[in-house]
Amino acid sequence: MAKVTIDGHTVEVPDGTTILQAARAIGGEVAPPTMCYHSKLKTSGGYCRTCIVKVSKGSDKDPRPMPKLVASCRTTVMDGMEVQNLTSPEVVDARKGVVEFLLMNHPLDCPICDQAGECHLQDLGYQNGGEKTRFDFERRTFERKDIGDKIQLHMNRCILCYRCVKTADQITDGRCHGVMNRGDVSEISTYIEKAIDNDFSGNMIDVCPVGALTDKTFRFKSRVWFTKPMDAHRDCKKCSGKVTLWEKGDEVLRVTGRKDQWGENEEWICNDCRFEHKKTSDWTIEGPRNIDRHSVISQNHYMKLATPHFKKLDK
Amino acid sequence: MKALTNRSKVAVNKELSFMERLYFPAIIKGMAITLSHLFKKKATLKYPEVQKEFAPVYRGKHVLKRDEKGAENCTACGLCAVACPAEAITMTAAERKKGEEGKYREEKYAAVYEINMLRCIFCGLCEEACPKEAIFLTDEIVKTSYDRQDFVYGKDKLVEDMNNRIDITKRQKKY
Repeated sequence: MAKVTIDGHTVEVPDGTTILQAARAIGGEVAPPTMCYHSKLKTSGGYCRTCIVKVSKGSDKDPRPMPKLVASCRTTVMDGMEVQNLTSPEVVDARKGVVEFLLMNHPLDCPICDQAGECHLQDLGYQNGGEKTRFDFERRTFERKDIGDKIQLHMNRCILCYRCVKTADQITDGRCHGVMNRGDVSEISTYIEKAIDNDFSGNMIDVCPVGALTDKTFRFKSRVWFTKPMDAHRDCKKCSGKVTLWEKGDEVLRVTGRKDQWGENEEWICNDCRFEHKKTSDWTIEGPRNIDRHSVISQNHYMKLATPHFKKLDK
Repeated sequence: MKALTNRSKVAVNKELSFMERLYFPAIIKGMAITLSHLFKKKATLKYPEVQKEFAPVYRGKHVLKRDEKGAENCTACGLCAVACPAEAITMTAAERKKGEEGKYREEKYAAVYEINMLRCIFCGLCEEACPKEAIFLTDEIVKTSYDRQDFVYGKDKLVEDMNNRIDITKRQKKY
């Protein structure tokens, strides 16, 4: 076991835990934001640098601070380590720079993007970004590529987090999409324009932190904050069948996996559940999904009724 | 009891002087004020013939703007509807097809866009929320009607007519 102090909060975690996991064990503001790290995907993380933190004391044995800011998703804790996240102005400033880099080529098409409202980059930009871009050049654009009738790829929005590639690699057997080319022109693509027809390929939509991979069956149907998220399940032979339904009225507009408080999937669901069962009668509804009240999705969703008050008046 | 303020006047039953008892000076003074108003600028307007110009901050009926080429600015992003405190705005989005580039500015557009003018409180938050400079509140007044359904304004009533454009430059945000 290792004792680690992050932003003044001390927590004891098993050896080999990353700083990010330790910070998440504390929870709240202490946990650094992430874009490319996904807790259910092995070897994810380490690309986007959003989760950088300052290690002001290496460990009890060697109390020297680490020379540079480190990516918390890839750095394991040591006993007696002291970490600064929001308490260090250096980290806050560096993260602002990272956001600026991520937004350099990201189009400002949130009004059109289906991910708006549940986009991690949007949240990150609001919390850590600047108000204006300092980028004077044309944004990098790609020609639109069709990668099948279920998933829509918007390469312009991609931030190359590799989450979808890792999903295709680890969840599906025989990955048929990856990152092509290098550097500024690298892009997500299927090999030789091959359509993705694996049973679990739809999970790439869920893991995408931006709107690069979106559900084609939900395309432009509704903004997420006009839909009502409901927990539901069904007997599925392929997957757990535990999903979130996004309803509007009695219509199921979209089916996604359930996401935890960090916006990461709890369980993977199959394409059959995701794309083929869009009727309320297909599902057993468990109840409304609890959405963080700071999220725009919880806007105009009333969980409690004012009935007790009326009852009091009757008496 | 001590007075809380010094504004109250103590009534004195002092006997009026001769001049005060005459009342004539006071009457003449009043008449002079009345007469002077004959030569001052009138506070009222002859309404139907003469109409007063609205203040630039006046918030009346909404307009959905088009750009210079006549394409609709609105992309059905839903920010106006989520900002609306009265929940008066509803919309349905659709994808722009090939050949419709002149009709709609962006890839997505509002196929249905409705404002319930009976619900609307004309607060202007939709205008403030709009990222595309699509919705503006004008100095037009919502017409009266006997039918509730007439107050649900669709795109036919909201979208700007290209032959009769509405100037909203005074309401545009300055950055």
